[in-house]
Parts: sequence; structure tokens; C-alpha cells
Amino acid sequence: MPETATADAPAKTAAGGNILQVRNLEAWYGESHILHGINFDVNAGEVVTLLGRNGAGKTTTLKSIMGIIGKRTGAVKFNNQDIIRTTSDKIARMGIAFCPEERGIFSSLDVRENLLLPPVVRPGGLPLEQIFDLFPNLKERLNSQGTKLSGGEQQMLAIARILRTGASFLMLDEPTEGLAPVIIQQIGHTIARLKKEGFTILLVEQNFRFASTVADRYYVVEHGKIIDGFSNAELAANMDKLHTYLGV
Amino acid sequence: MQALYAQLLVGLINGSFYALLSLGLAVIFGMLNIINFAHGALYMMGAFVAYFLLSLGGINYWWALLLAPVIVGIFGMILERTMLQWLTGLDHLYGLLLTFGIALIVQGVFQNYFGSSGLPYAIPDQLKGGLNLGFMFLPVYRAWVVIFSLVVCIATWFLIEKTRLGAYLRAATENPTLVRAFGINVPRMITLTYGLGVGLAALAGVLSAPINQVRPLMGADLIIVVFAVVVIGGMGSIMGSIITGFALGVIEGLTKYFYPEASNTVVFVLMVLVLLVKPTGLTGRAA
Repeated sequence: MPETATADAPAKTAAGGNILQVRNLEAWYGESHILHGINFDVNAGEVVTLLGRNGAGKTTTLKSIMGIIGKRTGAVKFNNQDIIRTTSDKIARMGIAFCPEERGIFSSLDVRENLLLPPVVRPGGLPLEQIFDLFPNLKERLNSQGTKLSGGEQQMLAIARILRTGASFLMLDEPTEGLAPVIIQQIGHTIARLKKEGFTILLVEQNFRFASTVADRYYVVEHGKIIDGFSNAELAANMDKLHTYLGV
Repeated sequence: MQALYAQLLVGLINGSFYALLSLGLAVIFGMLNIINFAHGALYMMGAFVAYFLLSLGGINYWWALLLAPVIVGIFGMILERTMLQWLTGLDHLYGLLLTFGIALIVQGVFQNYFGSSGLPYAIPDQLKGGLNLGFMFLPVYRAWVVIFSLVVCIATWFLIEKTRLGAYLRAATENPTLVRAFGINVPRMITLTYGLGVGLAALAGVLSAPINQVRPLMGADLIIVVFAVVVIGGMGSIMGSIITGFALGVIEGLTKYFYPEASNTVVFVLMVLVLLVKPTGLTGRAA
């Protein structure tokens, strides 16, 4: 049943088919209503960044797509399949991978076990040699306890372990948070290279300068809604607005 | 001297049961965060299943070693699916009360039909007799229980600490949400883990049937000591619960030789001392 890309989706770039559509997404943490109707799209092969202040709902958006927020409504379509009611293990098996803000390195597992933990969900993941090529530090520390690594190494491990699963849609939550500039640069190179390899990436960032080096498009999140969106080419024209949005 | 060796052997036997039971408790606590008070009742069920298999089906001890843990394990997984799973995220107290209630009901049902006296279960022919070691007489069946328990404990440790499946288990103990978001069916893994812990208890029950007879309250008597063992060893540690189980069995045995009056209380005295010095147990992590 070949379904053409939906007509209501604003086609902002021609990078590829529409891979993710989020429509009127609302989400709750217990009693508190966090997302109030999020709408955006991601096309295959793009790097899209969600920008916004602390507490705007960026992380909650990623978690809602991943299926790990208990109460969520609206529509999330991945490859034209609605996944709003799907459990997170099944969402992962459809090819979405998540790298959480707190990195989620397991202390009772060594680096090798952490790296090999996420099961391969489909063919096409990066082979280990390529992953070690991207992150040579990890290869040297395979037998260390996961949480004995430095912050930067933990972040690399958190990204590395979702690259071999075959998931082609990666969600990275603030991968540069708290890291030294030289490591941020390395992560930037990694994201650029992943894009070249054909991965689609949805990035959450506070670090706007970093985001501008890797992203194709931006959405601005405020109070649980998307309030603006523009492409990298429109960035310069939107700089003033952006400063107001982000309060920088 | 003969008496000392005899008590050492009794200690090792008891230690085997302590180790198998506290190992199951540790595995269950790690994954489900539940203090499984039904453990003694499930151990008793293991012995009864072996008894039924033999008396009703003519199925021998060796098959019972395999079948009883599977049957009781399935019973445990049904308990987990129908009741325990609803306790996720609640205070420990709820799990403790629920599993304690389950233990009382299971033991009550068995007592209703079988009374309190023991049913005999014969030692299998292959393990009858004993060896004269010169300094002591070693019954073959008892040697078998110690060695087999040790092998099962080490195999379980290997499964959890050294395999891929064990890595899932350890990771899910730390952060079940993230492990599930990697595509692993964590709820099913929790059910299977409970089945594994329960199966270990049932296996201990089968091993004990020829030594202690099959009685509805055989688990209730043992489980109090096992909980003391778990507290001393520390709740979360696999190797810790194995070593503490065997060690306390031996200490209990030695006390029986040197100061018999204290043999029933020595474990609890040790528990108090450990709690005073290191409240998380010897190998435990902070809760």
C-alpha cells in the first residue's frame, strides 16, 4: 500500500521523503501538561534541531516520539505508521534510536557490554570497525567500567552504541552538554559524517552555535509548542528573532 | 573430630540451600525490586512437585530436578503476570505484604491436604550409600547436594555476570526505561527473571526432599534464616549471596560443634553485627 507523502506536510526541503510527522502532540508528566500540540516534520537524511529554553519541552518531545512518556496524545507517524500508542521497545525495533541527555551509561556493564547492549533491529548498522574509527578512545577502553569514562567518552559511547543497531533515525538529546570545546568539535564531525552515511538526525540543543554547524533546519520550541521554524539558509535573517526566543 | 566434620558437612548442606534460595531472592530483588516472601512456599512447592511426580506419575528424581523448577517457575510467572507486575513503582512494603500473603495461602492449602507431618522421598538409587574418607563417613547424596548446588550457583552467576542476556538483566536493573527504548521487551524479561528466581527455589526444594522430608512448612522454617543471610550478604549482589549462603551454613555448623546452644541464633547475631557496622550488607549496594 504505497502511500504518498501527506499533502498537509509542509515540504521545507527536498532532501528526501518525509520520514517523521508529528501532529498536535500533547504529553503529560503525571498531572503536569508539558506539550501543548507540537507539529513538525523531519525528512529522510536531514539533521533537524529543536531549539528552545530550558523546560520548553524539547526533551519531552523526543521522549514522546520514543514512547517513554506515559500519557501522550496526537499523532506521531514514522514512515507513515502511527506510533503514538506503540510501546518503546516496538518503536525501537522500527528503527528509531534515542541517546538520552543523561547519556544512560550503565555502571554495572563494561564499555564493551554497553556498546553491544542495544540489539540490532535491522540490517545496515555501522560495523564495529567504523565505530572505532569514529571514536578511537572507546577501543582502548573496552574493558573499563562504563561510568569510569570521562564525560566526553561517555557521550561518545552513548552515540556509538546506537549506530550499530541499524536504526536510521537518531534522536540525540543535548550531546554537547557539559563537554570541552575540542570534544564538542569531535561530536560535530561525527554528526556531519553520520549525515553523509545517510542517517536522519533529530537533535535537541541549547548550544546554538554548535547546532548551526550541523543542522539543515531548526524548530523553536516554547511552552510546549513549536513557535517557529526555518532552514539553515534563512538563519542569518532570523538571528535577531532567535536571540529573543532563546534569551541569549 | 568425627563430630566436627559431621557438623561441617551439615553446615555445607544447609549452606547449599541458603545459597540457592538467597541467590534467587537477590536476582528477583535486583530486577523486580520485590522482597519475595513467597520464596519459602515456592521452595516447598518444588519438593511437593517432586513428590507428586514420583508418587503419581512414577517420574524419578532426575526428571524431577528438571521438571519441578520448570513447573514451579511457570506458577511463579503466572503470579508475576497476574499480581506482582501491578506493584511496579510502589513502596517495598506492598510487595512484601503481597508475597507474604501468597506464602500463607500456598502453605495453608498444602497443610489443609497434607497436614504438618512429612512425606517420605527416597534417595535415588544412584546416590545411595556413602564413602569412607578415613576421617569421616560421607553420604553420597549429601556430597551430591553440595557439589550440584555449587555448580548451579556458579552457572547462575556466569549467566548474569558474563553473558549478553545477563548484560540486559543488569542494565534493566539500573534503567529499565532506557533498556526498553533500545528495543528489549523488559516486561517479558522481568517475568522470566521471576521465573528463574522461583525455579532456583524449587530446585533447592527437590534437592532437600530426600534429606528433610516433604512438609508444607519446610520453607517457612528455612526462609527466616535465608532472609538473615540475604541481609548479611547484601540484597543486590549475586556472588555475595552465594558466598554468604555457604559461609553462614558452615558457621552455623561450626557453632553446633563448639557451642551448640547458640547454633540457632548465631546467624541472627551476625546479622545484627553486620547491620550495625555496614547497613547495606557485606557486598550490598545502597538501596
